[in-house]
Amino acid sequence: MISIKVGQGSCGISAGAAKVYTALEQQLKSNHDVQLSVTGCIGMCYLEPIVDIYSDGELIRLVRVKDTDAKAVADYISTGDNSFIENLIVSDEDKHFLDSQTRIALRGCGIINPNEIDDYIANGGYTALKKALIEMSPEGVIEEIKVAGLAGRGGAGFPTWFKWNAARSSQGEEKYLICNADEGDPGAFMDRAVIESNPHNLIEGMLIGAYAIGAKEAIVYVRAEYPLAIIRLERAIEQAKEKGIVGENIFGSDFSCSFRIKAGAGAFVCGEETALIESLEGSRGMPRLKPPFPAQSGYWHKPSNINNVETFANVSWIIENGGEEFAKLGTDDSKGTKVFAITGKIKRGGLVEIPMGKKLSDVIFDIGGGMKTGRDYKCVQLGGPSGGCIPADMQDTVIDYKKLSATGAIMGSGGMVVMDGSTCMVGMARFFLDFTAKESCGKCTHCRIGTKRLLEILNRICKGEGKEGDIELLEETCNEIKAGALCGLGQTAPNPVLTTIKYYRDEYEAHIKEKRCPAGECIDLVKYSINPEKCIGCSLCSKKCPVGAICGEIKKTFTIDSEKCIRCGQCMDACRFGAVEKR
Amino acid sequence: MSCKCSQNSSDLTLLKETLDRYAAVPGSLITVLQKAQAIYGYLPADVLNHIAEQMSIPAAKVFGVATFYTQFRFKPVGKYLIMLCQGTACHVNGSLMLEKAIFDTLGIKDGETTEDGLFTLKNVACLGCCSLSPVMMINDETYGSLTPQKVRDILAHLKKDALKEAAEQ
Repeated sequence: MISIKVGQGSCGISAGAAKVYTALEQQLKSNHDVQLSVTGCIGMCYLEPIVDIYSDGELIRLVRVKDTDAKAVADYISTGDNSFIENLIVSDEDKHFLDSQTRIALRGCGIINPNEIDDYIANGGYTALKKALIEMSPEGVIEEIKVAGLAGRGGAGFPTWFKWNAARSSQGEEKYLICNADEGDPGAFMDRAVIESNPHNLIEGMLIGAYAIGAKEAIVYVRAEYPLAIIRLERAIEQAKEKGIVGENIFGSDFSCSFRIKAGAGAFVCGEETALIESLEGSRGMPRLKPPFPAQSGYWHKPSNINNVETFANVSWIIENGGEEFAKLGTDDSKGTKVFAITGKIKRGGLVEIPMGKKLSDVIFDIGGGMKTGRDYKCVQLGGPSGGCIPADMQDTVIDYKKLSATGAIMGSGGMVVMDGSTCMVGMARFFLDFTAKESCGKCTHCRIGTKRLLEILNRICKGEGKEGDIELLEETCNEIKAGALCGLGQTAPNPVLTTIKYYRDEYEAHIKEKRCPAGECIDLVKYSINPEKCIGCSLCSKKCPVGAICGEIKKTFTIDSEKCIRCGQCMDACRFGAVEKR
Repeated sequence: MSCKCSQNSSDLTLLKETLDRYAAVPGSLITVLQKAQAIYGYLPADVLNHIAEQMSIPAAKVFGVATFYTQFRFKPVGKYLIMLCQGTACHVNGSLMLEKAIFDTLGIKDGETTEDGLFTLKNVACLGCCSLSPVMMINDETYGSLTPQKVRDILAHLKKDALKEAAEQ
């Protein structure tokens, strides 16, 4: 029996995987020896759509498959002749992307069928839950998580066992276990991938957590922007209910737990746990004052525990293999593995899970393959709007919570956006402040008004209207916000500004003093010109120019009138000879 | 001019089933608003007032919650809703140029709708298709690895389709 799996996470579908599936279905419908099925995201996003062919225990992985390749696949299946699919087979270089990873949270993603609970169970699913319920006490589960050294993967890195223990020790019969799947950091998508690709792993981890703290209800708060994740998780919950894995007396034990999904409505601040609770209660998602912590007084003021998706995705593995095994991976400070969503100017972008303790350069060069643009690597942005940029000369920084924090960035939820020399760092800071200024919930004055002021200053600098003293003003405002904001998001909102000033002060100064954007990205500061040595006088740029700023005679060099030029870049896109230059 | 807040005339009966199910469930306001938007395409003022009344929640709180979350809209959207991703990866790969191309072609900025009612532009935080960046989503279709020229072509194509459709009717 040959099994063909088409990777259909959100990115795979966007890249055309659903069309590939339909085309394969058509081609293979008469062949009863082939089983065609859906799987989630293997994490090699840059190679989507991906089709895996399993026969006799061997795997042939096809990449960048188009619907028009379906016939070639069918021909290969019927003849066994490799030449039909030779050009689609994954290269050794690309195989290395997966081979160099250690998958715990992402295990099963892109391998099992997310729509079938039986497939999860056949791959050892729900044995950890059974073990926890039958063989272990709730305290024993918490102890195992403590031995593992698992820390919250949502950003703050707080020890998971401590939160569980606090919720368990809290007085009260009614307790809640909540999963934060409001993955709001732009550039991070590992939680979406886990839910879309292996929803039962999340359910299993949450049920173990619910057992440990003594909760009878588990709730997943998912971003509304992740419709496919919601559909797959809903289906998974239904299937788990049918099997008696969610509900009363699970696996014949005394433990009962219900499970439901709550769709978020789009607010970055709801990633903060107390804001998330407010939102769950149907209110504006504004953070509460801590203490009391959710472990004492959370959802409907009952003891509640909140962890993010990736944290829960590690739990069943830990219970199955023991905390010690997990703790063997990583550094003294940070145990286990971490998933990174690696994007930007990187050659091989996707999901990477590696043991803590690797270096940034291992991820960016060895796994990610370096820059796709041919330009030099400039920096990596970690931790989204709460994080910061780490420059190229610090690429040997070790990935663990403390070492990354020491740079001014944070581990965060694992968004890793790689940049080359074409990205302006002042522009980058402005981008994040635009985001946090819009997303500030408005509760604290320092965050609400401070982020707005930061954005205004950054806007001015990018327009070439920066003034002497602006950098100092930015720093002062940043420190005010850090000191005056209530929640973690407000306190960390200045990080993108502070780290870019720390490492790229010269770029700020070039904008302010010389009215120049070294990266050539700030539109008001760039100038377009035509290189006479490359221009053949074809007049295409002149025809494309929407404001008539380019003139010249056919077969002679054309020129751009900077006064008229609106810097739209259409001439540069149009020129076939690379004669239009930007600086 | 008098206040026109209460002058929408939405068919409130469409909401009955949702309200019957959720009105008495504590904490379900956001769910009700989501269902209402799915029914009406946006949240008209009279619908919000009706929800407030039926759920016995002050109208100020209903409006407060609705305006807090980016998912909720208070105006109808065009035939094509362009969701332009402004995530970090898309930003690094040139999403600002795409926004400019959309403005140059259609004359609309974030949150605006073209006069002919065909296109609405909405900037959104990460769509989660970072490896295809820069990305936009029009209705249910995702377009990846975009350039300003590709955007102009896609918009021209959709406009042509819409005009053809209108002519046929």
